[in-house]
Amino acid sequence: MTETTSARTTAAPEATGPKPAHPALEFLRAFARNQSAIIGLILLAIVLGTTFLGPVFYDVDPYSMVDMPFVAPGGDYAPLGTDYLGRDMLAGIIEGGRATLAVGAAAAVISVVIGILIGSLAGYFGGWIDAALMKVTEFFQILPTLLLAMVLVTIFGATLVTITIAIGAVSWPQVARLARAEFMKIRKLDYVQAARTAGARDAYLIFRVILPAALPPLVVAAGLAVGAAILFEAGMSFLGLGDPNTMSWGLIIGQNRNYLLDAWWTVTLPGVAIFITVLAISLVGDGINDALNPKLRRR
Amino acid sequence: MDPVLEITDLKVGVDTGRQVQSVLDGVSLKLTPGKTLGVVGESGCGKSMTALSTMGLLPDRFAVSGGSINLMGEDLLAAKPARMRELRGNAISMIFQEPMTALNPVLTVERQIAEVVELHQGKTGAEAREIALEMLRAVQIPSPEDRLAAYPHELSGGMRQRVMIAIALACRPKVIIADEPTTALDVTVQAQIFRLLRELQEQTETAIMLITHDLGAVAEMADEVAVLYAGKCVESGPVREILSNPSHPYTRGLMACTPRLRLGAAAASAAEEGLGEIPGMVPPLGRFPKACRFAPRCALADARCHAEAPPLVPAGPDHSALCWHTDKMEQVA
Repeated sequence: MTETTSARTTAAPEATGPKPAHPALEFLRAFARNQSAIIGLILLAIVLGTTFLGPVFYDVDPYSMVDMPFVAPGGDYAPLGTDYLGRDMLAGIIEGGRATLAVGAAAAVISVVIGILIGSLAGYFGGWIDAALMKVTEFFQILPTLLLAMVLVTIFGATLVTITIAIGAVSWPQVARLARAEFMKIRKLDYVQAARTAGARDAYLIFRVILPAALPPLVVAAGLAVGAAILFEAGMSFLGLGDPNTMSWGLIIGQNRNYLLDAWWTVTLPGVAIFITVLAISLVGDGINDALNPKLRRR
Repeated sequence: MDPVLEITDLKVGVDTGRQVQSVLDGVSLKLTPGKTLGVVGESGCGKSMTALSTMGLLPDRFAVSGGSINLMGEDLLAAKPARMRELRGNAISMIFQEPMTALNPVLTVERQIAEVVELHQGKTGAEAREIALEMLRAVQIPSPEDRLAAYPHELSGGMRQRVMIAIALACRPKVIIADEPTTALDVTVQAQIFRLLRELQEQTETAIMLITHDLGAVAEMADEVAVLYAGKCVESGPVREILSNPSHPYTRGLMACTPRLRLGAAAASAAEEGLGEIPGMVPPLGRFPKACRFAPRCALADARCHAEAPPLVPAGPDHSALCWHTDKMEQVA
């Protein structure tokens, strides 16, 4: 990606050469050489800073009216304008970010944990276990995910927790497939066989021998899953299935979508916030992937 | 001396879905403490399958269908998976062919040695570290203290193979299966590794099953030799006997395939002779000939060889061959 900045070639460490730096340090160096990853990190810091430190500097209640509805950005009382109820957009975006990020992260964790568990068992054991688990995975894959999540939320009520679980429960199949493929590849490698001949048991082989080697693509998948979950939450809120009692970016967009042509900022600004966040997360995820990969590290 | 590992009439088959095809058909081997058994044969003859059966790690669809594997009085074929895990790495361990890929790239040398010790001897922390260091010293790795923290990619091929040997020896196993341990190494490093293995073997009285297709390695390392062909043990005996008086056409063929350096007057005749070869190839699974499996490639084969399976014929002290024509060996190669 950033050939120019990372073109420096370092000699491959020799057995007799000086001791290479600690792996964590090497990882950080490789990450820092990657321009787009640094940009992603900065954007992510801005997003996190705004949502978590924002209330300290901008202490406005996002749920109360501060001005007339649909005041354009730059108004007397609201720097980013007001929404259809005359609420402060800036306060709304600051407040909504917390819920959006929390849902995204928690849903991603759920989907990654389920995905890794199912994928690793299927890939490691193969045979009928693989066949059974993959049938379940395929079952979830052929269901329209948005529809399934909507059904779940409709049944269990639209709260942040149910939305998070619903998103996690429908988005794990990709992670499971990825984990399965990695496990199938790695379990055949000599050093896994060598660990087996040393008397290692299945749980040890799965979690201590194979999983660390399978992790790099899964880390990236986890990062992308956060972005996808944020988009998913926004989509559900847009359709009116968000938690109406908790401000989130999706909810702001959903509630103001009828007034898009009259007051563009009410939909565009939270949309931009979502865009920046998802972009930042995938840039950082890519950067982590490249930095973890020793082959790409020295490019 | 009593054998530490005795494989008797081992039969292994692979389930192809339609039928079960024989992979090993009656292989018998014996390992004595402090001695090395060389297992020789071309690719596909069943050398690795013999090793994997012993470890209880046959691949999917492969299964033992007969015979017995006896480790110090314990029937390994009847052992439960949990018991096999206890034995693996502890009583029997394995050295792999490729030290490049058989070490875990994400763990340090110390962790990889210590883990075996922790798993089988319940030692932890400083104790396990001490054993790891001791093992690195035993395999003669220079400045072992520094190498403990090294990752496999920081070591040369020979050093990695030494680490592999350190892992295999960490729990003082009774039997080590070395599956072509030096094929991936330089000749000079090969010699070092063999010398090391022999030294360690003298100290620990470990029995080694050396799987190889390199007769030079056999001459250097082995005390006994078993020659496998197409899932059968065609010849076995003491290494001197086998090398000086090979009594199966296949063994003769293998020896003829080994290049020899000849100087002076002998050089001219060597050039004329060229390098020997065995015509044809090992038949694929399921197409093994009914009678003598080597008959289609054998110079001595006659009608009887194609019709009737040959008997095991004594060919010398402790030396036997599976052939109808042990008396006509001079006609080959």
